[in-house]
Amino acid sequence: MAIADLANPSRFLKFANRTLPWLGGLTVIAFAFGINQAAIAPDDYQQGATVKIMFLHVPSAWLGMLAWGVMTIAALGTLVWRHPLADVTAKAAAPIGAAFTLMCLITGSLWGRPMWGTYWVWDARLTSVLLLFLLYLGVIALWRTVEDPSRAARAAAILTLVGAIDLPIIKFSVDWWNTLHQPASVFRLGAPTIDRSILIPLLIMAVAFTLLFFTLLLAAMRNEILRRRVRTLRLLQANAAS
Amino acid sequence: MTALAAVLVRDMRIAVRVGGGALMGVLFFLVVATLVPFALGPDLALLQRIGPAILWLAALLASLLALDRLFAADHEDGSLDLILTGRTPLELVVLVKGVAHWLTTGVPLIVAAPLIGLMLNLDARAAGALVLTLLVGTPALTFIGLIGAALAVTLRRGGLLLAVLVLPLAVPVLIFGVAAANAAVIGPVPFGTPFTILCALTLASLVVGPFAAAAALRQEIE
Amino acid sequence: MQATAHVDFIVAAYAAAIVIVGALIGWVLLDYRTQLRRLADMEKRGFTRRSATERTGPTAEKAKADA
Repeated sequence: MAIADLANPSRFLKFANRTLPWLGGLTVIAFAFGINQAAIAPDDYQQGATVKIMFLHVPSAWLGMLAWGVMTIAALGTLVWRHPLADVTAKAAAPIGAAFTLMCLITGSLWGRPMWGTYWVWDARLTSVLLLFLLYLGVIALWRTVEDPSRAARAAAILTLVGAIDLPIIKFSVDWWNTLHQPASVFRLGAPTIDRSILIPLLIMAVAFTLLFFTLLLAAMRNEILRRRVRTLRLLQANAAS
Repeated sequence: MTALAAVLVRDMRIAVRVGGGALMGVLFFLVVATLVPFALGPDLALLQRIGPAILWLAALLASLLALDRLFAADHEDGSLDLILTGRTPLELVVLVKGVAHWLTTGVPLIVAAPLIGLMLNLDARAAGALVLTLLVGTPALTFIGLIGAALAVTLRRGGLLLAVLVLPLAVPVLIFGVAAANAAVIGPVPFGTPFTILCALTLASLVVGPFAAAAALRQEIE
Repeated sequence: MQATAHVDFIVAAYAAAIVIVGALIGWVLLDYRTQLRRLADMEKRGFTRRSATERTGPTAEKAKADA
């Protein structure tokens, strides 16, 4: 079965039903391993135990951006190729991305209070991530306000493409501006600057969270396809009644 | 080119007439700038400190107000369909409508700003910097707003959604506009740094805005 | 050592993460059940999808949706 066959919503549902239990199981195992590693990880010489918040904060930041990236690709699928599953993917990804961005902001804030002495600061990284969260809310509002699903998909796609400019701003904000938020320590030219004893749990948690993201995305896409079927049937019912 | 000139003149005429929103924008600007001292108290030093920020915020909100009807009115009376099926490229028409919006909403704000700045105890240097940043920045507000206005065009009460969509995109303009206005007075950053970025934002929005808005209009109207 | 003083923040962060992830999982599960229930409801009333077999794909659904 080629990947292109998945474009058919019915086939996709079958694929989702088969894959989700495995994906979910894999996620649970990854988290079990990750949380274990996170718990036994040593304290940072500067941050103490609060470095363990990073095992939540960093993955949720990546996921918040990954979700918008997925939405951007889906937006291209909607506008350029009119791919049937692109609409579904974009709509399903938005709330998940918003939730992880919110988690990023909250965990970051709880890390900042003991470390920087403040829950919030208006530096470039925090501000651009907050903007990303507002963009998520805007796109979700757009999905809910436009009645016709295809129109909503196209409007959301345009907003997604315009908002995608925030992603490179977030990524490079710590390089371009003198921010309180520290510069990149993992994804950078040259080796990561974190010690292995903390980097390994971080990467395992990142993998676990990413598996969680795709599990949730797959499940939400399944729900969205079902929701559209319900809508079609309801329209059928309304037509039959009249 | 005459078609575009016609659109420009038409939009400006409509904006200036009763219910058009041109003078309403300035009025709203004045109201907001007046309300703030009531809320904050008459501490002149404080008002002078935050004056540029207040005026920038008021300019942003006033711009948003007038954007609501930009495409919606044309959609309702059918002229949007005419524009879409016409020979002139939609992007250019949208650009020109944006220019008309700026001329009727943004420029009055820029003219009124120093006068209202007097109420907020802005000195000549601060007022001058503010006017310069507004001059460069209000077009960006307009053209970013075009995107939201186009996305919300088919909605009956699209005004709130429009604001929700536009505000995150307009925040960088606000940040650098206020930074430049403050930099001229307080420093330590030289005025040129945020000002240049503000110019870049406006130039970028001049291109992205009309293209995105045109794409949105095409999708919404089919 | 700073660590013990900040344990509240660490606990709060993990609690927030559990709440958010839990809410996501809950939303997905609840939505799934709701949609299945609605589909079963429709089926009871006799409204089924025309494409009972695999042959008709998205085009049939889209055509119905656009109707």
